Amino acid sequence: MDTLATAADTNLISATGICKTYRQPDHAGRLVLDHIDFALKEGEIVAILGKSGSGKSTFLRVVAGLTQPSGGTVSYRGQPVYGPAQGIAMVFQSFALFPWLTVLGNVELGLEAQGVPRDERRQRAIAAIDLIGLDGFESAYPKELSGGMRQRVGFARALVVNPDVLLLDEPFSALDVLTAETLRGDIMDLWLDRRVPTKGILFVSHNIEEAVDIADRIIIFGSDPGCIRAEIPVPLSRPRDWAAPAFRRIVDEVYTLLTTVPGREGGRRGGRADTLSMQYRLPDASIQQLVGLLDLLVAEPFNGRADLPHLAETEHISTDDLVVLLEALQLMGFAQVGGGDIDVTPIGRAFAEADLQGRKQIFSDSLIRNIGFIAHIRRVLDERPGHAAPEARFLGELEDHLSEEEAQRVLETVINWGRYAELFAYDYDRGVLSLENPQ
Amino acid sequence: MQQRWGLPIVAWPSRLRPSYWDGIALPLVLGAIVLIAWASRQMSVPYHPGETLPISLDPRDLPQYGLRTVLRMVAALIASLVFSLAYAAIAAKSKRAEKLLIPILDILQSVPILGFLSITVTGFIALFPGSLLGYECAAIFAIFTSQAWNMTFSLYQSFIAVPHDLREAARMYHLSPWQSFWQLEVPFAMPQLIWNMMMSVSGGWFFVVASEAISVADHQVLLPGIGSYISLAIDQRDLGAVLYAILAMLVLILLYDQLLFRPLLAWAQRFKFEELGEDEVEPPWFLIMMQRAQVVRLLTGSVNAGASFLSRITRRVPRPTLRRQSAPRHSALFDTLWNGLLLLIALFALYEIVQFVHAEVTLGEVLHVVFLGFLTLIRVLVLILLASVVWVPIGVWIGLRPRVAHRVQPIIQFLAAFPANLFFPIVVSAIVFLRVNPEIWLSPLMILGTQWYILFNVIAGTLALPTDYQYVAGNFGVRNWLWWRRLILPAIFPAYVTGAVTASGGSWNASIVAEIAKWGDTTLQATGIGAYIADMTAKGDFPRIALGITVLSLYVLMINRLLWRRLYHLAEERLRLD
Repeated sequence: MDTLATAADTNLISATGICKTYRQPDHAGRLVLDHIDFALKEGEIVAILGKSGSGKSTFLRVVAGLTQPSGGTVSYRGQPVYGPAQGIAMVFQSFALFPWLTVLGNVELGLEAQGVPRDERRQRAIAAIDLIGLDGFESAYPKELSGGMRQRVGFARALVVNPDVLLLDEPFSALDVLTAETLRGDIMDLWLDRRVPTKGILFVSHNIEEAVDIADRIIIFGSDPGCIRAEIPVPLSRPRDWAAPAFRRIVDEVYTLLTTVPGREGGRRGGRADTLSMQYRLPDASIQQLVGLLDLLVAEPFNGRADLPHLAETEHISTDDLVVLLEALQLMGFAQVGGGDIDVTPIGRAFAEADLQGRKQIFSDSLIRNIGFIAHIRRVLDERPGHAAPEARFLGELEDHLSEEEAQRVLETVINWGRYAELFAYDYDRGVLSLENPQ
Repeated sequence: MQQRWGLPIVAWPSRLRPSYWDGIALPLVLGAIVLIAWASRQMSVPYHPGETLPISLDPRDLPQYGLRTVLRMVAALIASLVFSLAYAAIAAKSKRAEKLLIPILDILQSVPILGFLSITVTGFIALFPGSLLGYECAAIFAIFTSQAWNMTFSLYQSFIAVPHDLREAARMYHLSPWQSFWQLEVPFAMPQLIWNMMMSVSGGWFFVVASEAISVADHQVLLPGIGSYISLAIDQRDLGAVLYAILAMLVLILLYDQLLFRPLLAWAQRFKFEELGEDEVEPPWFLIMMQRAQVVRLLTGSVNAGASFLSRITRRVPRPTLRRQSAPRHSALFDTLWNGLLLLIALFALYEIVQFVHAEVTLGEVLHVVFLGFLTLIRVLVLILLASVVWVPIGVWIGLRPRVAHRVQPIIQFLAAFPANLFFPIVVSAIVFLRVNPEIWLSPLMILGTQWYILFNVIAGTLALPTDYQYVAGNFGVRNWLWWRRLILPAIFPAYVTGAVTASGGSWNASIVAEIAKWGDTTLQATGIGAYIADMTAKGDFPRIALGITVLSLYVLMINRLLWRRLYHLAEERLRLD
């Protein structure tokens, strides 16, 4: 596609054997990235997809030079990257604009840091602001702007330094659908018309359609630890038709890869059900949403089977939420996912059709059967003389495998599920799990 | 669209034309420069211990005294600002320094401010022999100690709370550490810092008044200022002069509020993180003038030029990004050595203190001082309780009526800023006149100036309670005591604790001036550690001053740890409304 892109040395970014370990206070390191090899070629847009916690943002920060990898090297045009390099710019999910600077001030920031003289700085910043369609807002403060406008400032700030490589960290996910679509279209126009000097874009996303629409290549991250699980080329011509069968096929494929629980592909539930290990990062699905989704799936028009992209679209469920919910449903044995479709299992159907007490019974049985950690908590409480144990004990067990934050989150999910199933009670003030009912 | 202020003016040519605001701004700026020059020269006139500086009770001299007082205040504020920027920056940047600096700050906060004055004054005098400057410095230092610690804490907390994504953006766009300090960290800390400065200065007026009359060894130096004026008025039993001083202070605080803090608060709004709110503060007239007048622009323009020059210089320093950063390996050995060193220093300091005090003081006296501290503790607790019983219902009443609250708030802020020690003579003369027991009736003086914090916070807490809760309470017929117990008290608890902590800290500080009071030749004394310290300061007995201050600090630390911090935790954990 580009005449320059011929040999392997035209890689803009090459990452080899990237590992990242987070040191924990008193435990051994926890691996979040495991030997990742990656290259961004000239003229290429690559999207990274993965569920939250898969380390995709961490990987982007390693490429940006914002964090040092624990192993492996990143190079930019053959030069090793040890810190933020000139020529690489980043756009943040949260915009990361300085609220005390005007639009102009924010866009000028990078130039000011490079020591560009004032007049040139102003001229270039105004040009970038015009390019991104913000003229007239130069003297506005970020808090006066809508989310979409703010992200435009984020892009202008990145583009004004004439970056070679643009790193985008979920740049559209804080925006509403319409705004995101418009901004994405505008950015793609700039790129396709070669109106920006940028040679390559690496792009973390959580929206499958968006990734398939923009990227030349999609990389899917698996979690625990983060690794490249699959790589899917997107050989479609632009502009891309979202309804075209080839487009849908790729979307389905990505859905399947993202929503199946590793080791359970194909939906067969077998011998490893009760051996689901302690360090398994339970998805923090809310009970209300789980029940709601199951109800939805067994009712008309789905009747127990749904096409995932279709389901997400018609029911306005974000991909992130859907991934979490589907993982939970599969863990509980309530549903199976394959080929971009979801099927409700007989247990799932029984759950949906039961009354409140019946649901709690089925839920509780499934938890004990399928989730080792919850079975373990129940066992401990049964054996203890007072049938009570401090949460710190279980938190400690989780922290052997997970980061502090993750452990806290998983325990919260466990407590939520366990409370709903009436498997145990939890006293917030004392931080104690027990079999008693509250007085 | 509402009129925006503080935006860079885009129509360049008009910038160069003088505006009519210059008519007011030019004389003001020039006048201020002349006044500051005059007063600073007065500060460094030759002076020898034992001389008495002429102070007159003529109210016509009050403006001059007021100026001297304000100048001390400003000097202390600038010193506090510089100190807190440096201290907080170091504590926030270095993990090792943090381990030492933050506990030190915590303890410094507990040391009674007037204690600093008693201890440091001889050092300052030795620094500038034969000049008044030493005494001035001691007074300024005392005011500094009343402001610096909490400003530093506020800055430190802001620095470590700078959002991660903004830090990353600063690094990604290659801001040097210097640039990122001024462009990111300081602006981020600004709103909180200015709010804290305002509170600090409010507290500072109290100490500026108290620190102008300095006792060194056996004689007293009265530095020209409002505080000295009032000391003299007390000596001469001149109630009229006391009233004049109160009036002068009133004008000073109003001016300071109009000229410094209203503009600063309005200006700081641009640094706020939140979305545009409904209650945008109207730009105060002084800020408008500062922003429109050419003279002021010229001044700020040159400051900006200097800043960008500095920023360019720091950029010349080769950026570390292209070299391999030596990974910050926290070598365990070094950490152990560092901790060991800190422990050794601490032990040595403890030994020194014990030596210093023990040479003069017996164990019996130490126990006696501890007992005196206990008496003061009881006073503080009872007073806080009484003030709460009075002000919580009133605060809730006001807070439920936002219109009233809006009108009352500036008055309370003003009352909190007004140095309560100016009112002492009135109360004391009343006690003398009525012949009531000073042990009891001197006590309220301790809380006279600090009770407002309780009221202020209770109002704020009630205002913040979403009206939905009140509708719910009304809907379910929750009334009377149940309404207090289930709705209002839990809702305002976090705000109340904040107010009570401030009030309690202020009362401990005030005990040094409140437990012992004079009216002419009559001296009233309540038994307590504050009176003990004041007594020993007057005698110049350093080991006993040190003992008193140490014991008082320990009490404050203990109360903070055992009572306030726990309540604070409880409030944070359970009773926050989000």
